[in-house]
Amino acid sequence: MTDQALLRLQDIEAGYQRPLVGPLSFAVNPGEVVVLQGANGAGKSTLLRALTGQARVFAGSQWRCPGVSIGYQCQHSPLPAELPVTGAEFLRAADADMAALPERLHDLLPLRLDHLSGGQWQLLRVWAVLAQPARLVMLDEPTNNLDPEGEALLRDALLGLAPDRGVLLVCHETEFVAGVAARKVEVG
Amino acid sequence: MDLLFEPMFRVPFVTGLLLALLLPVVGVLARLRNEWLAALGFAHLAGAGGALGSLLLLPVLPAAVLCAIAGVMARALWQRSGNDLYALMILGGWSVMVLAAAVSRHASSLGQMLVDGQLYFTRWPYLLSALVLMLVALPCLLWLMRRLLRLSLLPWQDQANGYPVRRVVLLFNVLLALSVALAAMVMGVMATFALLFLPAWVAFGVAASWRQAWLFAALLGGVGYLLAFVAALLLDMPFGPVLTAVLCLSVLLRLRASGQAAEASHN
Repeated sequence: MTDQALLRLQDIEAGYQRPLVGPLSFAVNPGEVVVLQGANGAGKSTLLRALTGQARVFAGSQWRCPGVSIGYQCQHSPLPAELPVTGAEFLRAADADMAALPERLHDLLPLRLDHLSGGQWQLLRVWAVLAQPARLVMLDEPTNNLDPEGEALLRDALLGLAPDRGVLLVCHETEFVAGVAARKVEVG
Repeated sequence: MDLLFEPMFRVPFVTGLLLALLLPVVGVLARLRNEWLAALGFAHLAGAGGALGSLLLLPVLPAAVLCAIAGVMARALWQRSGNDLYALMILGGWSVMVLAAAVSRHASSLGQMLVDGQLYFTRWPYLLSALVLMLVALPCLLWLMRRLLRLSLLPWQDQANGYPVRRVVLLFNVLLALSVALAAMVMGVMATFALLFLPAWVAFGVAASWRQAWLFAALLGGVGYLLAFVAALLLDMPFGPVLTAVLCLSVLLRLRASGQAAEASHN
C-alpha cells in the first residue's frame, strides 16, 4: 500500500509561528477523495498550505510519490479587478485539458476573467486545477460561491476521477462531502 | 520635412523605435504583477547612476545599468510587499541625480538630458545595446508571460511543485531594470515611465484578451513614438515631453472603451 499512495503524512504538525494542527497521519491513495473535516479554525487549510509551502511543518514527515505533481486550488483568490485574460487563456496557462471541458464552461472561454461573476470565476479556477494532468489534487473549499449546477458539475468530476489520481479536499458542505468522500480525516 | 530623412537621425530613430515597441510589453507584465511603480523607481536609479558616472568620468550607460540592477537586488532582498521600496528608489534616485548635477557640469548636462529626453543625440552604442536587449528580451518575455500569469492566477501551484518561482520573478525584474535603464538614457526618465505605464494601462482597459493586450500595448507604443518623433523634430521641441504628451492622449481610447461598455450595460 505504501508504494501506491500519492501522499503519505506521518505525525505531521503544521502552523505558522507555532503548530496549529496535528499531529496527523493519513495517506491519499489513487482513485480516492480524502476529505479533511473539522470546525472553523481547526487548521484544515493550514495543513494544505503546509503541504504547498505556504505554512511551516514543525514535526513529522511527508512523503510524496516520486513524479507526482500537485494541482492546488487555494481558498481565497479574488476575482481580478482588471485583467484582460480570457477563460480560455487562463485554462491554457493552467495546462488544463480543454477537450474534457463541460458544456457550461464553454460559454466562459471567450470572456475576460474580470467580467465573470464570483461563481463563474470559482467554477473556472476549480476546473483549471481538476483538468490539469496533476495526479494529486488539493481543493480548498471548492464549493464556495458555486450554484447547485456548479456543485453538481464538481461532484460528477470528482466521482469520475481517473483511477491514478487522488484528491485531498477541504469542504464544509456536509451533503456535498457525503456524496464524494471515500474517506474522512478529522482535524483538530 | 527633409529633416525627418536626415541620415543623422537614423540611429536615434531605430533605437527609440525598438524601445518603444519593447517597453509597453514589459509594462503589461509589470501591471500584471501590480508593480508598475517599479519602472519609475528603476528609471530614477538609472538616472542617478548615469549622473554619478558622469560626475566620476565613468561610462554613463554601464553606470546607469549597474544602479538599476542594484535596485533589482534590493527588491529581491526586501521582505515586504507593496510599493514602499519603489518610493524610496524614486526619492533617493532623484536626490542623487540633482545633487550630482549641482556639482558637475557634465552631470548637469546629463541631468538635463534625462529630463528633456533628447533622443536625437543617441549614438551607435545605444542602438547596439537596444538591439541586444530586444534579441534577449523577446524570447524571455514570451516565456515569462505564461509563468507570471500562472503566478497571478494559480497562486502557490508552482511553488507546491518546487518550481523556482523566485528566479522567474528575478529574471523579470532584471529585464525590467535593463529596459528602463537603457530607455532612460535614450529618451529620458518620464518618457520611459510613460512608455511602460500608459500603453499597458490603456490595453488593460480595452483589450479582449491577453494576447490582444500586449500586442495592442506594443502597437500603441510604436504609433505614439512615430507621432512624437515627427512632432518633436518638426516643432523643435524636446522629445521626452512630446512623447509623454502623445501617450497621455491615448488615454482617450480607454475612456471611450469604458463609455461604450457602460452604454452596452444600460441597453
